[in-house]
Amino acid sequence: MQTIGQQLINGLSLGSIYALLALGYTMVYGIIKLINFAHGDIYMLGAFWGYYAINGLHFNFILAMLSAMVFCALVGVLIEYFAYRPLRNSPRITALITAIGVSFLLENGMTYLFSANARSFPQVIRTVTYHVAGLRISNIQLLILGTACFLMLLLELIIKRTKMGKAMRAVSVDPQAAQLVGINLNHTISFTFALGSAMAGAAGVLIGLYYNSIDPLMGMTPGIKAFVAAVIGGIGSVPGASLGGFLIGLLETGVQAVGLSAYKDAVVYFVLIVILLVLPAGIFGKKTKEKV
Amino acid sequence: MKANFKYNLAWLGVMVLGFVIIDACEFLGIINTFIENMLVTMGINIILATGLNLIIGFSGQFSLGHAGFMAIGAYATGIITQNIATPLGFYLSMGVGIIIAMIAALIVGIPTLRLRGDYLAIATMGAAEIIRILINNFKITNGAAGLFNIPPLVTWVTVYVLMCLTTIITVNFIHSRNGRAIMSVREDEIAAEAMGINTTRWKLAAFVFGAGTAAIGGSLHAAYIQTIAPGDFNIMASIAILIIVVLGGVGSITGTFVAAMVLGALDTILQNFGTLRMIIYALALILIMIFKPAGLLGNWEFSFKRLSRRLRKESAIHE
Amino acid sequence: MSSPLLTAQQLVKSFGGLTAVSNVSVHFDQNELVGLIGPNGAGKTTLFNLLTGVTPVTSGAISLYTDNGVQTLNGKRPAEIAQAGLSRTFQNIRLFKELSVLDNVRIAMTNHYREGLLTSIFRTPKFYRTEAAMTAAAQKLLAIFDLTEVADQPAKNLPYGIQRRLEIVRALATKPKILFLDEPAAGMNPEETADLTRLIRQIQHDFHITIVLIEHDMSLVMNVVERLYVLEHGALLAEGTPTEIQQNPAVIKAYLGDEA
Repeated sequence: MQTIGQQLINGLSLGSIYALLALGYTMVYGIIKLINFAHGDIYMLGAFWGYYAINGLHFNFILAMLSAMVFCALVGVLIEYFAYRPLRNSPRITALITAIGVSFLLENGMTYLFSANARSFPQVIRTVTYHVAGLRISNIQLLILGTACFLMLLLELIIKRTKMGKAMRAVSVDPQAAQLVGINLNHTISFTFALGSAMAGAAGVLIGLYYNSIDPLMGMTPGIKAFVAAVIGGIGSVPGASLGGFLIGLLETGVQAVGLSAYKDAVVYFVLIVILLVLPAGIFGKKTKEKV
Repeated sequence: MKANFKYNLAWLGVMVLGFVIIDACEFLGIINTFIENMLVTMGINIILATGLNLIIGFSGQFSLGHAGFMAIGAYATGIITQNIATPLGFYLSMGVGIIIAMIAALIVGIPTLRLRGDYLAIATMGAAEIIRILINNFKITNGAAGLFNIPPLVTWVTVYVLMCLTTIITVNFIHSRNGRAIMSVREDEIAAEAMGINTTRWKLAAFVFGAGTAAIGGSLHAAYIQTIAPGDFNIMASIAILIIVVLGGVGSITGTFVAAMVLGALDTILQNFGTLRMIIYALALILIMIFKPAGLLGNWEFSFKRLSRRLRKESAIHE
Repeated sequence: MSSPLLTAQQLVKSFGGLTAVSNVSVHFDQNELVGLIGPNGAGKTTLFNLLTGVTPVTSGAISLYTDNGVQTLNGKRPAEIAQAGLSRTFQNIRLFKELSVLDNVRIAMTNHYREGLLTSIFRTPKFYRTEAAMTAAAQKLLAIFDLTEVADQPAKNLPYGIQRRLEIVRALATKPKILFLDEPAAGMNPEETADLTRLIRQIQHDFHITIVLIEHDMSLVMNVVERLYVLEHGALLAEGTPTEIQQNPAVIKAYLGDEA
């Protein structure tokens, strides 16, 4: 019972990182139907920004995370502007390859500038481990969970309550119709990238704190996992992305706990395939049927 | 029929010419090991990308799991030729690889091919990763360390001949009743069904066919490079093949050839740039996509038939 | 009275809580030309989709009468139903746009020619023979319908009216026993509609098949069909010859409202 509880806590902390990342995938996909392959690398950039903000600028944690979010939002908007916007009316597979190109560029550019070596993330917050009912919970884990949940709620509010959020939802349903009612397509898409990238930036700083190690290729695997999470939750659905993220986090730690860590990823992909076969559009995805 | 014979002869001529040129360069010492390596990589990439183009460009199914089937071919060759180190052993291993890859493609394809677009892509990617993780954990495949000292049973000649063969087979497959049925699935699934085309079956046919050619590429890779590890067949390997297909033009086999050669040459030239290499490569990729969104050749296909028709028309005008 | 070719009994289709087709029973006889009319949303296209298997039926039975006895069609996939002899066109033209006109027709003939994987891969003489036979058959069909000139063009380049015609030719290439035309005159000018009327008569006469058409253009419907079904709100409202239907009070009410 205790191990289950412990795994639950570990799974939820990891899952909240995936969830934060998955939100970016799902929003971008929802609005321009692009698998933004470079999203995982934005998260890496967030972690590096946090590293320099804390080491170089002596920011505290909150400031480091907020500035990382702003920085990543900016990068996301720039990437969209230069790499994806010219391809908005091109075949979707072209945009996907461009996104892969951007991902390569960020990974290798960062390797070139900062070397491929892993570096340890400054521990601005001293790790304190609480013992509650036989479970070990660190303050970092609580911080991650709390921040992630707070950001997700904030995002939900932005999407549901603000004018920009309404525009985002309108564009994701029908871009042409949205334009006809006076929504600025470019602004809305930029805003979506900014929001998604900010979430990734926050996730990057949090993971730096949690794992204490960052490197230029750190975004690759979590990026793909987070995308899988978004697909499981139903791509385009914000609550789905959060759910998918937590699900994958729990699944991974669960598989590890029963001693099958070598098959950790295989189990994740297997579950992905099974879920897609039962629910072809994910858990919260809407099944669209072609009209004949 | 006579005309067809003429065009086939022209293609045979091109293939022999290509062989003679490479052989002459080899003889004259223009081609060193480094360049030979590049040419072989190009050849293997052409085999892999042609098969993937059949799946993506002709049947319209977005597969992101090509490296998984390539891995099956590579490991079949690695394991079998370590025990039977003869050319016969190599071809046997290739046959075994093709068969296992096709069976795996059936197992993966039957449930997943009903998914659409990106969902299919992500499911096939997952399936390929599962294959890789299994290889990573099996004893017979030597786990994460991979296989070393695979007998060098393959020269550039083998790769060249097999490249020609798989291309001929794939193109013949496309330009037949089978290929047309497959293309109708890409064009409009509902209409294809209404015309009596069993879309599931034809999608599966393209997928399994592509997996078979991927296994050939894998076999050649294993026997030429002589070391393989599970990491060689990860998602990035699938993406590398996808890049060739999209860069050349989805649905153009000529484009696949051009893209594989352009990328191969680019890669070789960039070797001198050290760490800048991948940055330039990434920028080139982004720029080509932005300025040539349909790929280098779109869906244009070189054809002797059309060429001769145009020449005849032009000469008619001149007279 | 001619013999029945296709019958549907008590067809029901519900989407969630909505019943799109309720208890519709129809029959189509050999070499008959039947019209299916009704206001928008009456369930005409849904009925076509049920009969051709595009959407599965909720309940009911569809039977095809062949020389070898009766064949049950409900529950089969569209391709099997098409192979059994039911072919169709679509309300929003669904051609294989990027492929040539000739290929559009040859694809519809896929199941009538055996061409093994190995024969095509290795280009055996048998391959060239089958290809030649298939191409000749397709060209013959194209010639009948005046499409020879555009045979090599991609279908997407054809003018709208010709695209409609090609879709009918493609459906015919499957050698159907019964042909379903879903609003073939939609978007056509009167001249094109007149051409189409001739075309439909010609098909019925030359190919000896049954034709069922959904149409809003009453001049076309009343001109060519022998018998009509009227659908309203997913249910069968009336059946009869064009003259009978024109005088049917229920139909007049459905079309013109109460004040008529």
